Amino acid sequence: MKKEWPLWEIFIRSKSGLNHKHVGSLHAADAEMALENARDLYTRRNEGVSIWVVESKHITASDPDDSDPLFEPARDKVYRHPTFYTVPDEVSHM
Amino acid sequence: MTSLNFEAIFQSKIDDEVKIEPKDWMPDAYRKTLIRQISQHAHSEIVGMLPEGNWITRAPSLRRKLILLAKVQDEAGHGLYLYSAAETLGADRDDLVQQLLTGKAKYSSIFNYPTLNWADIGAIGWLVDGAAITNQVMLTRTSYGPYARAMVRICKEESFHQRQGYELMMAMAFGSPEQKAMAQDSLNRWWWPALMMFGPHDSDSPHSDQALKWKIKRKSNDELRQNFVDVTVPQAEYLGLTVPDPDLRWNEERGHYDFGKINWDEFWSVVKGNGPCNRQRIQARTKAYEDGAWVREAAMAHAEKKEQRKMQPEAASKAA
Amino acid sequence: MTKYLLQLADNALILGHRLGEWCGHAPEMELDMALTNIALDLTGQARSLYQRVAELEGLGKDEDDYAYLRDAWEFRNVLLVEQPNGDFAYTIVRQFIFDAYNYYLHRALTQSKDEWLAGFAAKSLKEITYHLRFSSEWMLRLGDGTEVSHAKLQAAIENLWNYTGELTKPNEVEQALTVQGICPNLTQLKTEIEAKMTEVLAAANVTAPVGAWMQSGGKDGSHSEHLGFILAEMQFLQRAYPGLEW
Repeated sequence: MKKEWPLWEIFIRSKSGLNHKHVGSLHAADAEMALENARDLYTRRNEGVSIWVVESKHITASDPDDSDPLFEPARDKVYRHPTFYTVPDEVSHM
Repeated sequence: MTSLNFEAIFQSKIDDEVKIEPKDWMPDAYRKTLIRQISQHAHSEIVGMLPEGNWITRAPSLRRKLILLAKVQDEAGHGLYLYSAAETLGADRDDLVQQLLTGKAKYSSIFNYPTLNWADIGAIGWLVDGAAITNQVMLTRTSYGPYARAMVRICKEESFHQRQGYELMMAMAFGSPEQKAMAQDSLNRWWWPALMMFGPHDSDSPHSDQALKWKIKRKSNDELRQNFVDVTVPQAEYLGLTVPDPDLRWNEERGHYDFGKINWDEFWSVVKGNGPCNRQRIQARTKAYEDGAWVREAAMAHAEKKEQRKMQPEAASKAA
Repeated sequence: MTKYLLQLADNALILGHRLGEWCGHAPEMELDMALTNIALDLTGQARSLYQRVAELEGLGKDEDDYAYLRDAWEFRNVLLVEQPNGDFAYTIVRQFIFDAYNYYLHRALTQSKDEWLAGFAAKSLKEITYHLRFSSEWMLRLGDGTEVSHAKLQAAIENLWNYTGELTKPNEVEQALTVQGICPNLTQLKTEIEAKMTEVLAAANVTAPVGAWMQSGGKDGSHSEHLGFILAEMQFLQRAYPGLEW
């Protein structure tokens, strides 16, 4: 039996109050090992307070070829942004 | 869209400094070049653990032992960051490792030189990591996103490597006559191989032009080598050590150091497998890989059994 | 007191040294990272302990004098930690036995009447807790994994088991300090340590030899042949070029 340990994607919360952020991947036989390997690989210098591991095969990514239909439509909806609206300087706290 | 269009869009992204990401379209040759380069780089980190690891059990103080352990461990880490980047291109780590063990893939020739005295640990940090950093700082801006990000992380960690190396050299160069002799001996042996790390002259470097156009590389071998010599020579002078090159002198006109001819016969001979330690390095990696097979299999088998027990708790409890 | 601290320090130093031998040669690259991390923790612990010994003795020595300038008979580590790495199963069994002992020991030491030692134990306990988790999981993986790994694990247990007795058998130094409330009563700790070992061995589906002869002597400086070679290698530079800064 020759079987490589599967690939896991690693997400680290660098400090309380921040989102987990993708930092890379590693190989591990199971989730516990993935957590421990992630700790040794990606938090050696105090980079984290929390770790998520997800086996890579469970990640579904959007296709770059779809990026126009997926993301273009949001681009011209300028009315979603506060800068679209003019408010007189005299009016504060807005 | 035709593949010509794809290629034009790809190149215009590169020209506009937009990073290429894993699922983006890229020319086959770009992908292949990257996999080759990133995996060679990863192999170099892993093989690079061996010459330094050679001194872990002989480190002469607890402080040095901790530093060396942490440094060699970082190299394993860097290897893993890089394999991880290569895997985003669809490569499989086990295949890449096979290529290393069968001699199909190369790694940096510098690690085929032996570490013979303790000062070598300093010289590796100072010269080898110094040369590597020159190259790697450039690579933090490489066009492929995951590679660039891995390099940012690696560069942050590498600066500790170089500094501890220079500090070790200082302790040796300013220490007893024996220590100074070790430091000089070590500089004598590592200087030229360090210069060779930048690879052949631009005129003899087959992959360079395309790599520059794709912004995988951003400076040529000779430019990088010159940078390295310019910053390193004054550091050697500070240590009171002699760089083993009679032709080395400051060229006022160029604003750079001129240096002697590199022995490319030696370089190619080491690349082809005839360096002092090529065989030992690959044997050591092969032994680790083969001796470790049963451990990796056991972990996988356990993970699978655990998964099965989770799926069929009743069957498992009956069996127990 | 210093003799006791040296026992703790030497255990950490020698086991850290053994783990360092794996660096670059582990069964998987991720394991290079893991074993080296444990080596770093242990070597760091040894360093703090030697510094404390130097401070208490007040003889102007430093941490390295203890690590690099004592001969084998002055070392006070248990025999277990100087045993060779063997295959990965040996390393894991050695680590697990030591971690189980070390965990309950340090947990108890956090209550030591010696304030420095209690503080040291509290700090180290965090590292040791992780070590025990790591080695216990690997006991399970190897025990449950394949026939090959199970056989290797069982063999390692049989070959290392006779170094377990010494861990919980108090020597004179420990007995004296137990009376003073500085070190825990090992005979009492023994129950907890053995319970942990029994639990993990059972989960890994392996068995400990019954009524095995127990080797001892390490704590009092009577070692196996291995230690001399460890020291010959470790102390080479300090011995060959005495009195230098590195």
